[in-house]
Amino acid sequence: MSSALHIEESPTTGDETITNYTINFGPQHPAAHGVLRMVMELDGEIIERIDPHVGLLHRGTEKLIEHKTYLQALPYFDRLDYCSPLCQEHSYVLAIEKLLNVEVPERAQYLRVLFAELTRICNHMLNIGAHVMDVGAMTPNLWVFELREDCMNFFERASGARMHSAWFRPGGVHQDVPEKLLVDIGEWLDTRLPELFGDAMSLVLDNRIFKQRNVDIAVVSKDDAVAWGFSGPMIRAAGIPWDLRKSQPYDVYDRMEFDIPVGTNSDCYDRFVVRVKEVYESAKIIKQCLRDMPSGPVASDDRKVAPPKRAEMKQSMEALIHHFKLYTEGFHVPAGEVYVATESPKGEFGVYLVSDGSNKPYRCKIRPTAFSHLQAMDFMSKGHMLPDATAILGAIDVVFGECDR
Amino acid sequence: MATLHSAPRFTQIDGLTSTLSGALGEHLVEAHEEHGELLLTVHRASVEDALRILRDAHDYQQLMEIAGVDYPGRAERFEVVYMLLSLTQNSRIMVKCTASEDTPVPTVTTLWPNAGWLEREVFDMYGVLFDGNTDLRRILTDYGFEGHPFRKDFPLTGYVELRYSEDEKRVVYEPVELAQDLRQFDFMSPWEGADYVLPGDEKASTSPVDDPKVTEKPSDTGAGKDTDEKAADKVSAGAPAEEDAGEGIPAPAPTEDQPDRAKRKGKAKDTAAATQPLKKKTARKKAPAKSKSQVKKKGDK
Repeated sequence: MSSALHIEESPTTGDETITNYTINFGPQHPAAHGVLRMVMELDGEIIERIDPHVGLLHRGTEKLIEHKTYLQALPYFDRLDYCSPLCQEHSYVLAIEKLLNVEVPERAQYLRVLFAELTRICNHMLNIGAHVMDVGAMTPNLWVFELREDCMNFFERASGARMHSAWFRPGGVHQDVPEKLLVDIGEWLDTRLPELFGDAMSLVLDNRIFKQRNVDIAVVSKDDAVAWGFSGPMIRAAGIPWDLRKSQPYDVYDRMEFDIPVGTNSDCYDRFVVRVKEVYESAKIIKQCLRDMPSGPVASDDRKVAPPKRAEMKQSMEALIHHFKLYTEGFHVPAGEVYVATESPKGEFGVYLVSDGSNKPYRCKIRPTAFSHLQAMDFMSKGHMLPDATAILGAIDVVFGECDR
Repeated sequence: MATLHSAPRFTQIDGLTSTLSGALGEHLVEAHEEHGELLLTVHRASVEDALRILRDAHDYQQLMEIAGVDYPGRAERFEVVYMLLSLTQNSRIMVKCTASEDTPVPTVTTLWPNAGWLEREVFDMYGVLFDGNTDLRRILTDYGFEGHPFRKDFPLTGYVELRYSEDEKRVVYEPVELAQDLRQFDFMSPWEGADYVLPGDEKASTSPVDDPKVTEKPSDTGAGKDTDEKAADKVSAGAPAEEDAGEGIPAPAPTEDQPDRAKRKGKAKDTAAATQPLKKKTARKKAPAKSKSQVKKKGDK
């Protein structure tokens, strides 16, 4: 026993040895952000191993999409990551447009970028609020939910629906927005967002308790982040300035000026701060969209893809036929396969679309952002305390509608 | 073809197809480029080797996705597609191989740790096996699920449905019963390659008769004196109703009445026992006089 390599024995209580035990986290747990079941092996309060069981919200979206026309499948994307509906639609419509090689009018591209960024703010409001609440703070969550509510109102004014907008369409967007909405968004960005968000973050960012719960929790090295297929704020927090909006721009992102915030320490705190900074960058992009937005049509004039205006339908026989054909049979997409990935608020959201030349997708594989991140939960949590699991989950920003599809 | 769409634009590397084809050598089956995306088909057995070459020598550091696709008409019905991303070269490629139910694909968990779940998902949805994946459990479907739901021959509605049974106090699984058939609309135009025969179209394939029927003479039409004489004859002896009204056949006996439903015991007011938790039963004994009298009445009956 004099050897330096003496292995410490488990602490004992009298004659009883405490062994590892397994607990069940979820499937219904307020900090699980949905239906996640994690089988945790604990040594005292230290996490030894986590086996996440996903799929409790599996609805077979990809199979359902195979039985719908391209346009009918669009609303399923709102229901994947229900915190950032428009960003999911973005990947899907871009994939269809890539197969069809259809041109999208400039105004529609600007509107899409504007609303994708508004969605990003909306999503981050939920995640930032939830993350803060997971580690014990209540007030900031209530404040940022106000902002989220504002975003919802903007979506409603654009599309008629607060959450499930189905507003991005192959060839453009469904309808033009009222001029007053753009004015109001601009005003909101100048006044309400920075005030309320700034106030809420001033409570959190330098908060001692918040830092104690997040700094140096779940540190992931650059190499690990790459190997585990991280994307979005998770890879940026690891110090890799990778953003699909910058490196693989789509729509008019190449005309936007914005910075990519990166982390230095790659812990939960960095992930949080990256998201906070991204909100300001998104606001910057929206302002540029508002400044540069051209006038013009908001949907392609290719009548084999985008339906005609209602008024035109009342006058023109051909428009009526096009409308009828598009909403019954739908459009046929040339055979081929593409993988299109965009930067959703949570990371890379991809759609692998296989067309056989008919009016329905032959296969539509959705690449969820959460799959890779949640899979890394095991190695990120190893050696941390049980309450850290909620902070780590909050920093991953996982939504099960998208993870389980 | 000019690029009109505004989908993500990643770097198009000159000569990428030939570079990678050369690098993969005998592993490669086919290299194919469309929509600005490179698709490399490799032999199933050398998936791991091919991906290792792409990762180590050509900087495709990230495995973003593994997708399964089912083509039931093919000899090897499944395709497994790997989406690779290069962060340094800003390039994406897809690598695919084919597989059948009983030909396992070598695992790539040795190259990327996140391949584990991605392979589990393909296994769960399509039943493609991955050789070397030590944790090939189902991932998205229910515990104890049978079958592989994303195969094209798996029905959209599935085979079982579940509900909470109040009697058994647990979730029970039952075969799917649809109140109405699942509606599958067929939008294919019959003029544009629908692969079924429309009603009446089957006649088109039978050869025309040798002696076509014509009506060039009045006799060909069946008209004439004979027909005119027959026209006055009655077709039937009388209207069917008149005959049936004969007295020989008795009217059908009336069907037996359903017995009346038994009268409800007690009054509708007196349902507290059925709606309140069992614990309160003791308390009910001390209930106000009104309900007591009702209990008595019941006894009298």
